[in-house]
Amino acid sequence: MSILIDESTRVIVQGFTGDKASFHAREMIGYGTRVVGGVTPGKGGQSHLDRPVFNTVKEAVKATGAEASLAFVPPPFAADALMEAADAGLKLVCIITDGIPAQDMMRVKRYLRRYPKEKRTMIVGPNCAGIISAGKAMLGIMPSNIYLRGDVGVVSRSGTLGYEAGAQMKALGIGVTTSVGIGGDPINGSSFLDHLMLFEQDPETRAVVMIGEIGGPQEAEAARWVKEHMKKPVVGYVAGLTAPKGRRMGHAGAIISAEGDSAAEKAEIMRSYGLLVAPSAAELGATVARALAQAR
Amino acid sequence: MNIHEYQAKELLSGFGVAVPPGGVAYSPEQAVYVATELGGWHWAIKAQIHAGGRGKAGGVKLCRTYGEVAAAAKALLGATLVTAQTGPDGKVVHRLYVEKAEPFVRQLYLGLVLDRKIERIRVIASAEGGMEIEEIAASRPDSILQQQVDPAVGLQAFQARELAFGLGLNLKQVSQAVATIMGCYRAFRDLDATMVEINPLVVTKDDRVLALDAKMSFDDNALFRRPRVTEMRDAAEEDPREAHAAEFGLNYVGLTGDIGCIINGAGLAMATMDMIKHAGGEPANFLDVGGGASPERVAAAFSLVLTDRNVKAILVNIFAGINRCDWVAQGVVQAAQSLRVPLVVRLAGTNVEEGRRIIEGCGLPIISADTLAEAARKAVAAARGERP
Repeated sequence: MSILIDESTRVIVQGFTGDKASFHAREMIGYGTRVVGGVTPGKGGQSHLDRPVFNTVKEAVKATGAEASLAFVPPPFAADALMEAADAGLKLVCIITDGIPAQDMMRVKRYLRRYPKEKRTMIVGPNCAGIISAGKAMLGIMPSNIYLRGDVGVVSRSGTLGYEAGAQMKALGIGVTTSVGIGGDPINGSSFLDHLMLFEQDPETRAVVMIGEIGGPQEAEAARWVKEHMKKPVVGYVAGLTAPKGRRMGHAGAIISAEGDSAAEKAEIMRSYGLLVAPSAAELGATVARALAQAR
Repeated sequence: MNIHEYQAKELLSGFGVAVPPGGVAYSPEQAVYVATELGGWHWAIKAQIHAGGRGKAGGVKLCRTYGEVAAAAKALLGATLVTAQTGPDGKVVHRLYVEKAEPFVRQLYLGLVLDRKIERIRVIASAEGGMEIEEIAASRPDSILQQQVDPAVGLQAFQARELAFGLGLNLKQVSQAVATIMGCYRAFRDLDATMVEINPLVVTKDDRVLALDAKMSFDDNALFRRPRVTEMRDAAEEDPREAHAAEFGLNYVGLTGDIGCIINGAGLAMATMDMIKHAGGEPANFLDVGGGASPERVAAAFSLVLTDRNVKAILVNIFAGINRCDWVAQGVVQAAQSLRVPLVVRLAGTNVEEGRRIIEGCGLPIISADTLAEAARKAVAAARGERP
């Protein structure tokens, strides 16, 4: 088992015929991902990478039975692509695009609520590295060879720190069920909490690593849930202990941020909710090894 | 992106927010001229910098004669203001805003922000405007009124009315306050703001509601569709190195240490800086080269890091996904030809073997590292002048 995707998940690529999308689609296919086609408006009926291209996501879903998509769409058109995917009934959309306006993401999140929870699309990203279920399927841009198949779930805001965790674990012979990059934007499609809930239910995952950053309330909210609901051990890390405090203009932001925003505060919140906090980014792998030893 | 008070007022008044009459000035002569044009007997001369807390720092002067206007303008222009929000170095004043001073009877607070937690715009108001709004929020949170905006339908008039009545305004004032709140919301939505703040929003003796100050910040990701906002950029308010970095698609923040950092991904960049500190060193900067780091971009990153004279060693840490190590390595070798400080390079991820081959085969004294910890340790040692 794994979460979100495996070798049987039918995947389409939105923005299929672009250069970067083509490069990464090829990598995904090479890894064993079941890529069944793609969407580029105006190029419907053509064939690309030996797979059909469609004008709309709905057509692609109807013809291929696609359940998930990887979106490689420029920022001005990204919100539209996400809503189109949701309306076509895809279960999962992973969006790599960096630079989407925050108010567009706000509208996308609101749009998703038109659908009942069980039919609602899960969005991973934007501004993320994607999802990989080690040894099964990849929906993203990560270097796939740094992951060993195994029993630890990874969820990270930062793409490259997620790679760091995967590589350190592999060096210690520890593998991954699924690694998810949720992205560094202020408004994410899905949160740490959404993925922790999936990892808790996944029978193959025995421990989870959660890699946070400075800013925003997500890490604290997820850590509280770990304390209250999670049976599997969770390793935490927050980058940015030495980051300078951001310059700011007004006071309004300070009024609404109730919980700690800094890395030190977040690490302390994680510790207080019982997470095993890695002392540095170089000790992510070793801390996971300790968590697994405790779980045994 | 931030803009000046006078620019925010210009934008907001276009959305129906009432502001006192005023004009911008770059010299004492211009300031006096604006005052004569405005008429009246009292003027506020306000330093225009991208930071709050100007009043307390002496950046706002009330004048009653043209002579006072000229003197205030002379004193403020070119002066460095250090406020609670500028940092210890302060900011130099290059522009003034001359405004007709309006006597007021009440000071209120109005703020709109993009709230990450609820993923919506939140409107905040308080009957206690003025300078210490954060303290009021901390000590008496119930005196802060709030409304959340549903992005599907936008802010509704009843929500603005609830806020206005909650502020204890009379009927005449309420309708003006509602127009102000709705106007601020529409400006927020239509210009892709991340913050609009009116502090104070004042009530005059004759029941008018006026925005006496205004701050706006905008979503950098949305500037592609906001040419009017982009035009308002003031390069003098931005760190020149950060602005230079942005031109190359790099994200740079200068710090005080001596180890220059060139890293891909904001998370890994921060983690690497933490590791340097852990190993006993101090990072000179934060620099994220981003995805798709071409040799040109890597070269630009090197020249940027080296503009900092404190840099005694450079650490390149690339975990390539969308980047490719061989590409990065080519850029590194190009930039390292004429390097005056030791260089530590750690490459991992896509095409790593090719990348390492390029580094090792180039004949330059580049120090290689395999792991994050090793890279940080070697960079700290190199900055101290120790041999690897």
